[in-house]
Amino acid sequence: MDQLLFGDNQFFGVNHMSEEKARAQEIKFQDLSAIMGVLDAAFDEGVTTFMCTTHDRVAQIADLVRADPARAAASTFYPCMPYAHKYANAMAEDGMLGAVRRFLPDEGFLDSAMRGGRALARKDVESLITLLVDAEMTMFRGLSTPVIFLQNVVVDLLLGLGFDDAFAIFANHVRKRYDAEPGFITMNLPMLLDALERVGVQNPIVCSSINKLGFRMSGGIAEYERVLKEKTFRPVAMSVLASGAIPPREALEWVCGLPNVESIVFGASSRANIRSTRQIVDELWADRG
Amino acid sequence: MIRVGIVGLGKMGLSHLAMFNAHPDVTVAGVCDTSSYVLSVLGKNTGLTTYTDYDTMLEKAKLDAVVICTPSVMHGAQVSAALDRGLHVFCEKPFCLDPAESDALAQRAEKLGLVTQVGYHYRFVGAFEEVRRLLDAGAIGTVTHVLAEAYGPVVLKPKGGTWRSQRTEGGGCLYDYAAHPLNLLTWYFGVPTGVSGSVLGRVFSQETDDEVTSTLHLPGGATASLSVSWSDDSQRKMTTKLTLWGTHGRIFVDRQEVQVYLRDTAEVPPGYEQGWNVRYTTDLTEPVWFYVRGEEYSSQVDAFVQRVVTGTTKGENTFRSAADTDLVIAAIVADAEKAPTPVGGAHPAVRKAPAPPARTGLRRLLPQR
Repeated sequence: MDQLLFGDNQFFGVNHMSEEKARAQEIKFQDLSAIMGVLDAAFDEGVTTFMCTTHDRVAQIADLVRADPARAAASTFYPCMPYAHKYANAMAEDGMLGAVRRFLPDEGFLDSAMRGGRALARKDVESLITLLVDAEMTMFRGLSTPVIFLQNVVVDLLLGLGFDDAFAIFANHVRKRYDAEPGFITMNLPMLLDALERVGVQNPIVCSSINKLGFRMSGGIAEYERVLKEKTFRPVAMSVLASGAIPPREALEWVCGLPNVESIVFGASSRANIRSTRQIVDELWADRG
Repeated sequence: MIRVGIVGLGKMGLSHLAMFNAHPDVTVAGVCDTSSYVLSVLGKNTGLTTYTDYDTMLEKAKLDAVVICTPSVMHGAQVSAALDRGLHVFCEKPFCLDPAESDALAQRAEKLGLVTQVGYHYRFVGAFEEVRRLLDAGAIGTVTHVLAEAYGPVVLKPKGGTWRSQRTEGGGCLYDYAAHPLNLLTWYFGVPTGVSGSVLGRVFSQETDDEVTSTLHLPGGATASLSVSWSDDSQRKMTTKLTLWGTHGRIFVDRQEVQVYLRDTAEVPPGYEQGWNVRYTTDLTEPVWFYVRGEEYSSQVDAFVQRVVTGTTKGENTFRSAADTDLVIAAIVADAEKAPTPVGGAHPAVRKAPAPPARTGLRRLLPQR
């Protein structure tokens, strides 16, 4: 994994500090060319991995990158699935099964799986998970996707429910079908690491909020520092600036000083911010080569 | 350890289940739903004990508390059955569709000394809590007017397949969305003395409302204008916001931030200054033990659990306080039946639309629309 991964929250009106700022960004990036301008800038600055949700707009971005074989060959995508609002809205309209049915490539699957009895067998659940993953992955066909993430909304829901096996099903499928490493996004890093250990997902890539403020770090900063030091996993830090509450240099100094953090995912809307983030991280992690 | 049972495993029920199940002081001793598919998936993969019948769960699961996440039309009977067995109850909002039922259940629970809570999670959002502190401190003086808004994307087309599309089941923008800003208003100001000008408007739905507007007359003389729509997909997800004007300043608040403007006449609270002040959620939010969809959801679950553990009946969002919100909701439903005051007497004169002004300069060359 690269030291810096480029995130996509800024493109889709996600800002944890201000709805006003979120809307301004949403308006700015309504035009796909505005998004591409920033992605081009990131690419030119050497930030060539795009960690992105499976949003409809990302499908358009993937099409554009695919159309330029040289760019496609030098670009990496880390898909994060699913785009949760798509499911949440569908659930409000059609209920849970209706929503799942809507996103399955083969509508008949759910019906035939349920026809037999009034319960879903374990292997049906496994097929369901893999079918949903495949549906989300179609937009990345032909592109490099060496890491595939499961979004925190799903990871943390499954974690709370105690449905640990789903993590193993996801990990196995992603490895087998896409020759990719499974990644997990979470707001509950210490708790998730225990669950992944229980189901035998070894040395997992785990992306979580890691910032000086302790914002969205359930379990507390001290516990995060402990697992970073003691547990075997590949940490990716997100929300490093806590949505802008910490000045960039101070925020990055703290995170880069932690043991074992492998990558940092960040969002930016201008070349200047991308460059300065890269320069600070290059400087702080200079000894890593 | 307290033993909790959860009934209704829809969108709210599943996330409540995740939070209660992850709570260190809780054992989830039973989950109940009518969907055998959902139950079979949970039963086989999580080891949770599942029930298709609510009464059977109450009878067999040896519960201390029950969490009710079914449509509101079912709340009354299910809460009542739980109280019969002396269980503490967390119930989703809105509490009951008939405020008389809300009041009766609140009374019974109070008499029995049971812990009750209703899922108005906005009271656990750091920014809205800060506003409560500011109002209690009189930071903006006497409040004269409030604009209470909530918008989001729930119903965006004519056909809906779930209970949410039926007002009789507890579906609709009033129950689902408007309940939240109304609950915040009763938290800040108490029960309104009256409502007027209420409109339950339709955008797409056939059997319930998609837009709600109303004027609330608050104790102390202030008014609040309510403007709510659940058919607004310019919002990525639900947003609830309040703007409050007072004799010494103005407050704007949503889930993310509090913007406070304090006049030179204001008694400035500690940490604030005259003029503009902004507080962000990153500063106002307390860390939680487990996060699934927002700190406020985790905090409200933890508040309930701690109250059950310590047997504290007093707290935020009791049945009594939710019954107050139900009273306001019922008043809006009744008020919306009333005819509007006619403009220009009983037979308003029909006025011709004025002709558009003649175009001058180069604009006169453009085609007329």
